[in-house]
Amino acid sequence: MALSSTARLPAAKPAKRPGGLRRRLAPYGFLAPFFGLFAAFGLFPLLYTAWVSLHRVELQTSDRMDWLGFQNYSRLLSDPFFWNALRNTFTIGVLSTVPQLLMALGLAHLLNYRLRGRTFFRVAMLMPYATSVAAATLVFAQLFGRDYGLINWVLSSLGVHPVDWQANTWASQFGVSAIVTWRWTGYNALIYLAGMQSIPGELYESAAVDGASRWQQFRHVTVPGLRPTIVFTVVVSTIGATQLFGEPLLYEGNSGGGISHQYQTLGLYLYEQGWTFFHLGRAAAVAWVMFLLIVLLALLNAAIAARRNRTDR
Amino acid sequence: MTQLTQALDKPVAAPRSSARRSRSPLHGGPLAYAVLIGATLLAVFPFYWTLVAASRSNSELSSATPALTPGPNLFHNIGEALQQAEIGKALLNSLIVASVVTAGVVLSSTLAGFAFAKLRFRGRGALLALTVGTMMIPPQLGVIPLFMVIVKLDLQNKLPSVILPSLVSAFGVFFMRQYLVQALPDELVEAGRMDGASLLRIFRSIVLPVARPGMAVLGMLTFMATWNDFFWPIVALSSQNPTVQVALKSLGQGYVPDQSVVMAGTLIGTLPVLVVFALLGRQIVGGIMQGAVKG
Repeated sequence: MALSSTARLPAAKPAKRPGGLRRRLAPYGFLAPFFGLFAAFGLFPLLYTAWVSLHRVELQTSDRMDWLGFQNYSRLLSDPFFWNALRNTFTIGVLSTVPQLLMALGLAHLLNYRLRGRTFFRVAMLMPYATSVAAATLVFAQLFGRDYGLINWVLSSLGVHPVDWQANTWASQFGVSAIVTWRWTGYNALIYLAGMQSIPGELYESAAVDGASRWQQFRHVTVPGLRPTIVFTVVVSTIGATQLFGEPLLYEGNSGGGISHQYQTLGLYLYEQGWTFFHLGRAAAVAWVMFLLIVLLALLNAAIAARRNRTDR
Repeated sequence: MTQLTQALDKPVAAPRSSARRSRSPLHGGPLAYAVLIGATLLAVFPFYWTLVAASRSNSELSSATPALTPGPNLFHNIGEALQQAEIGKALLNSLIVASVVTAGVVLSSTLAGFAFAKLRFRGRGALLALTVGTMMIPPQLGVIPLFMVIVKLDLQNKLPSVILPSLVSAFGVFFMRQYLVQALPDELVEAGRMDGASLLRIFRSIVLPVARPGMAVLGMLTFMATWNDFFWPIVALSSQNPTVQVALKSLGQGYVPDQSVVMAGTLIGTLPVLVVFALLGRQIVGGIMQGAVKG
């Protein structure tokens, strides 16, 4: 992946000069504030989650840990609600990520034209990104209201039967995905736009000379030039989708993810185990499963990207 | 700690010289404008509608034909929201938390970013790889041990519980490193050393002035991400001592039955970020586009 290669960039090489121990230790002093807190509040919790997941830990007595071995995991794997949450995370992930990135790509293409008011369009499209998950979800929950929501009002005035955006499985998952899509489409469009602007203009000119239509230019110049950016946004959106939490929590305001758990995601299931049912150990097992899932998805992405690169050559 | 937002809004930083913007290849036709205006309306409409719903009475919100223009009840509803959901306290708390976190992240990231960009020391490659490698792992996955630590330190429901874990950011370090690799010439640091200045002195009088634009972008992104942080604050704090997002969660979970008051709370909880956005939108757009990965 692009990330690991950056770690190997050539180092700046200041000439060696006598300075003694003090000078040689000084760089660590610059790193100390970051790594001190990072170790305590970043790395340690991540790793310790695995250890906690092998114990019974209750929310109210969280300093007491009783060894359980893999019981939390076997319980998890035999819980139908876990599989339900896994399935929902996947379907909501697809519903929210795929249209979002496709629309972002199209919008970026348009934003890349010579336009009047370009700054206005960019800022306006980024505004949803500045909104918090909580605020956006509360507003959309209103808009998606079954009886008095604006969306159902529009639908019924168009002669379409109103939709139950809460109880219906697909409709509710669509509603949750719409919030994610609203918040992130503009952001991703700007990321793509930045990528497009680094594609040399000559490529388009020579494509135009060869008689390529706008669509062909988009397919054969823009998309290949954007490939690293696309891989990046796919990885980031997949990770985001895996841990989706705030939107389904506040969509109707309960950690069950709907009356029949129809839009409960893994993130919500983790929260429910820990802070509704008070089983921190089980919640830790969910966290660890989510971690493995993310690693798996990252590897999958890297493998697909590497494969595409090879077949292109 | 910043979760979903953070994982998503932390692209790989690779500042580029602003001069290198390629010419737009094509002029936009009427269709392009139509689509862009449509998309802009979709992006902006929920904000407008929040204002509409926040300025109406609850009965107007639950009538068969919804109101589409702002009504007269805005200030009444805001007053109710301030009273019922501790929104005033929440605004103050969020301001404190986001300011302290932003200062901490920007400072610690600039220090470490400088070391990674311009200093040579043993273990540099490994430490940088560790930082970059964990950047993509959502901090949300560490909340359980973090919660246990906070309980042990007796910090539950106190602001330090949300400040401490967020004070440093792996993304911030990487961002500042990338920025300084390009923006800070080796010769400048070397000249300082020749003059016999200590590293701390070099940092203060040579690195900081050069790093300032990068620090500003990182600061804006950190402030917004911290203001909007959700998972960890709702775990660590409660509705008695909330940040804005914690207060919004209480609103969403029916502590306040009145929908128009809920919308008024949402409106004032979002307003500060929107003001920042109105003032600095252009710079934020620039920062995000700078942060995008490059081929």
